[in-house]
Formats: sequence, C-alpha cells, structure tokens
Amino acid sequence: MTEATDNALAPCELGFDRPDQETLVVRLSGSWTLQNKCPSADRVLKEIASGPRVARIAFDAAAMTDWDSGFLIFLTRVIDACSKDGVAAYTKGLPEGARKLLALAATVPEKKGIGKGAIRASFLSRVGEETVDFFLSSREILDFIGEAFVAFTRFVAGKARFRGSDLTRILQDCGIEALPIVSLISLLVGLILAFVGAIQLMLFGAQIYVADLVGIAMVRVMGAVMTGIIMAGRTGAAFAAQLGTMEVNEEIDAFKTMGISPMEFLVLPRILGLTLMMPLLCLYADLMGILGGLIVGVGMLDLTAVEYYNETRAAVSLNNLWIGLFQSMVFGVLVAVAGCLRGMQCGRSASAVGDAATSAVVTGIVSIIVATAVITVVCNVLGI
Amino acid sequence: MPSQAPIVAKELTIAYGDVVIQRDLTFTVRMGEIFVIMGGSGCGKSTVMRCLTGLKAPSKGQVLLEGISFWESSQATRDRIARNIGVVFQGGALWSSMTLGENVSLPLHEFTDLHSREIRDLASLKLSLVGLAGFEDYYPSEISGGMRKRASVARALALDPKLLFFDEPSAGLDPVTSSLLDDLILELRDSLGTTMILVTHELPSIFSVADNCIFLDGETGTMIASGDPKRLKNESQDPKVQAFLTRGDKNRTG
Repeated sequence: MTEATDNALAPCELGFDRPDQETLVVRLSGSWTLQNKCPSADRVLKEIASGPRVARIAFDAAAMTDWDSGFLIFLTRVIDACSKDGVAAYTKGLPEGARKLLALAATVPEKKGIGKGAIRASFLSRVGEETVDFFLSSREILDFIGEAFVAFTRFVAGKARFRGSDLTRILQDCGIEALPIVSLISLLVGLILAFVGAIQLMLFGAQIYVADLVGIAMVRVMGAVMTGIIMAGRTGAAFAAQLGTMEVNEEIDAFKTMGISPMEFLVLPRILGLTLMMPLLCLYADLMGILGGLIVGVGMLDLTAVEYYNETRAAVSLNNLWIGLFQSMVFGVLVAVAGCLRGMQCGRSASAVGDAATSAVVTGIVSIIVATAVITVVCNVLGI
Repeated sequence: MPSQAPIVAKELTIAYGDVVIQRDLTFTVRMGEIFVIMGGSGCGKSTVMRCLTGLKAPSKGQVLLEGISFWESSQATRDRIARNIGVVFQGGALWSSMTLGENVSLPLHEFTDLHSREIRDLASLKLSLVGLAGFEDYYPSEISGGMRKRASVARALALDPKLLFFDEPSAGLDPVTSSLLDDLILELRDSLGTTMILVTHELPSIFSVADNCIFLDGETGTMIASGDPKRLKNESQDPKVQAFLTRGDKNRTG
C-alpha cells in the first residue's frame, strides 16, 4: 500500500486549485497514514460549497509520500458526499493502489437490511421475545427432566445402555478426587461457625454449646449445602464443559446417528455418579466440619476433646443426619441435571462452552438454595 | 441386491424457525451410487444431510429411507434404520474419551451379540480397511486430522451400513490426503457396494468420485440442477452451476 517510505512522517497537507469554474482539484501531499492524523473530508466539502458551483473534482497526489487505510477513509467520505451532491469524482490522479482498493470496495454493493440496526426490535417486541424464550426454555428443561427420568426408569429396569467404565470414572471424579477441596472448605466452615458461636457463648460461660452449634449446623444443613456448592462449581461445570465440547465436536450427533441415546450413554451415568457420591461426600464434610469446631473448642475454649465429642454426640440426633444426607442426595441430582442440561443445550462455538459451564454453576447453586429452603420449611411443618 | 432406492426425498423443506434454508427438494439416490450434494458455502448442504441422517426434522415433505418415511416413523423404527446408516462428520467427531479401537467397537457392543474377542478383531479389521492397522490404542487427540477422518470412516463402517454419509470429507485436509480419502471412498463403494452420500464443494472430489449430484442454491433456497456433474459442467445452461463447476478451470487459466 505504501507508495513511498523515505519521508513517512511528513505532515499530510490538503490544498485546492480551481483550473476552471466547474472543477476543483484536491492537492494531497505528505504522509496520509493513520498515525499521521489526516485532514477531515469536511474541508473538501466546505471548499466545494464555498465557491461557484463545482461539477467535478479531481485529485493531485503527486506530492504524496505515503498512505494507508486512513487515506482510503478520507477518500471514501469525499467521494460518497460528492456522489450524493451530483459532483463527479475523477480518481485518475490518485495512487494506483488506492484506486484499485476503491474499485474493490465498490465491487460488491452493501446488502440492504442485513445491518444489525435494521433488525433492532422495539422494547415491547423484545419483552415479548424474552417471554416466549422463557417459556420455550422452561419447556426444554421439563423435556430434559422427563427424558432423564425415562432413562432412569430404563436403568432401574436394566435396559439402559452405558459403559460401566464410564460410571466408574465419574464416581472417581465426583468422589475421591473431590476430597481435598471438600476437606478444606468443610474444615474452614466448621472453624468459622465455632469462632462466631464461641464469641457469643463465652459471654454466658456456655462455650461447651459450641459443639452443639457446630454439630447440628454441619450435620443438618451446612455439610450438605457446602458440598453441593463445591460440587456445583467443580463437577457441575465440568459436566457442562464436557458435554458442551462434545456438542461442538459433533460427538453427540455421532451418538444420535448411530441410534445410541446420549441421554442414557452420557447423561445417566453422570447423574447416577454424582447422586451416589454426594451423600458420602456430605458425611465426610460433616466430620471435617466437626473437626474444625473441635480445633476451636480445644485450642481456644479450653475444652477437652472428649468433652467436645460427648457434647456433639448428645446434641446431634440421627434425624439431623438423615435430613442432611437426604438433602445432599437431592443436591447431587440438581447439580448433575443442571450441568448435563446446560452441556446438552450448548451452542456450536468455543464461547458457548464457557457460557454453558457458567450457566451450569449458576443454575446448580440457585437450585441448591431453593431446595434447601423448601426442605427446611417442609421439615419444620412435619416437626422433624 | 434389492432394487428399491435407498433414499428418496419428496418436496423436502427445511427451516430454522422462520428462515427457510431449502425448499421443495425432490431427489432420489440410487443403490450403490456415490451421490454428491453440492453448492456454495452456506447454501444448506450440511443441513440437508442432517435431515437425511435423522438429526433435523424437515418442516415439510418426506424422507424415505429404504422405502420407509423416516420422520413419520416411531422412534424404535428410526433407531433400527439408523443402524443401517453411517455418518462421517466434518471434523471426524470421534469420541475423544475413547481410543480408536473403542470408537469402532462401541456400535458393535451396543447392537450385536458378538463376543468381546470377535468385536476386537472386527474393530481391528475396520481400522485396517482404512489404513490404520495397529492404531487401536491411540486416542483421537494423538493422531493427525487425516487419520481422524479415516478412523471416523472405520467407525461409520462398524455395522456394515447400507448408506454412508460424508460431511465435507476434504475439509481441513491437504490435497494429497484429500485425494487419498477420495480413493478410499471409491474403493469402499466398489468393494462393499455401499451407497455413499457426500456433502462437499470441493471440485476435484466431486469430479473424481460422483456418479450423480444435486446443486443447491443458497440465494433462492432451491435445488437448481441435478445429474452427473461432468455432464452438468458441459451441458448446464444455468450461470450459477457453470460458475461453480468451471471455477477450477478459471483458476488454472487465469
């Protein structure tokens, strides 16, 4: 594109000649590049408007040393404006490269109605579209849950088809490999609960009840909720990303064209794996949380480990344990369904996989919180 | 060999929502031929293939596979028909968590009562048919693009399908590998008698393998020509068909 480079930083200048009354010659000199701010096309238009009526403009670029896309933008604006005003533009005096590029840009005319502005809908229309999308998306979720349920019933009847090795791998991913993060978070949650409780209970000399507080909170709710949230961020997102990538790579289409149900082959083992592992992880998280409370009780409240253990044992009933384990199983189903649903809904681009993973985490966490609220209210009503 | 046409499309209209991709497509694929669906980028070739392979329902019209109206059949019938169809996707679509051997064996495990040992031998045989003998334990990520395509052909051949679909078989391959894949397609057709349906816009592939073709136009969303591509090149009066089929000549001379 560069016509001459020996004087690349020469200032670009614009001048005008009127060889006759109807012709305006635009003189261009210096370096017309994006770095070297080009004069505005408005100066040419003003010059056209200022004198006697101009019928044609021509260009003299003999003194031009260098040019790039900045010059082309200037030219396009000038030529477009002239065309609208009925002024003929003669491009013969322009650098040959610039003339070729102008001709190339004009070869395929702009398609009408394809700009984003042309399809911008009104506010009401957008509200309507969002509402329809909401209902369609709700229907898709219900369809997915229905299909997953059918796949589960086929599994119960011994007819579901998936590889045992896949289930084993998923059990390992959702179980043993999640232990480090579950240990850390649960221990810290136990510590935090104990610290917060201890500060208040010490005011009444009732620090022994820290064991009750931590024990009941962890076993009944916090162990399950924290495990659920960890698994939503870890495993739910992984499920969505795995299935999303398979969708992008047409691997899921390959299953469908062979008559193999992706719901049975891919989704079912994931839901089963996480649902089976969640209660075990929850039990482990409960113990780690209680251990965190014990550390605070022994280290800060001068309780003995035996005292703390006995108080916890007396406070935590089996009911609490069953409720906690039941919740964790429900959370396992919710996180797995959210992850698989978002993965299977994934679009066909790399960013869609990221969106699916994000959406899986958000859906998983929201559904865990809603389910916790519902189960708590139900337990309260039932008096358990 | 039964004389019934393996694929008949009748007044097929395919749309995404309100946007019609192709309308009123009517064509017949004859037994044992290599049939090419061609046209410019974005004209809906792959979408038509998705409709023929059971991945996208048409908004109107019928797809008759082995004389059965596919989209009006029960899911069980569709699954049965699907077992007679092999599809080689554009990127191969091999299952990335499985080795090549497992990719080829999975359909055999799912749909046959063969012993594991026989399945393993069959998978090795299919891989050797496409020149990948000894690659059973490799994962798709460990082999080249051309090998992935060939492994995908081996997987598609696992159940000895009567129909084999290829979506852009030459996409992403160098001319030599692409030509080898064309040779493989011809050899498989000649030795197995499988009916092949190719979606492509690669002229060398079209002229070297196709017995019959249809030409889809993206602007009007219709089929504007059909027949032997060599004959179309010489005889078609349609400027779009001519522009498409003589592009190679123009590039060589210009």
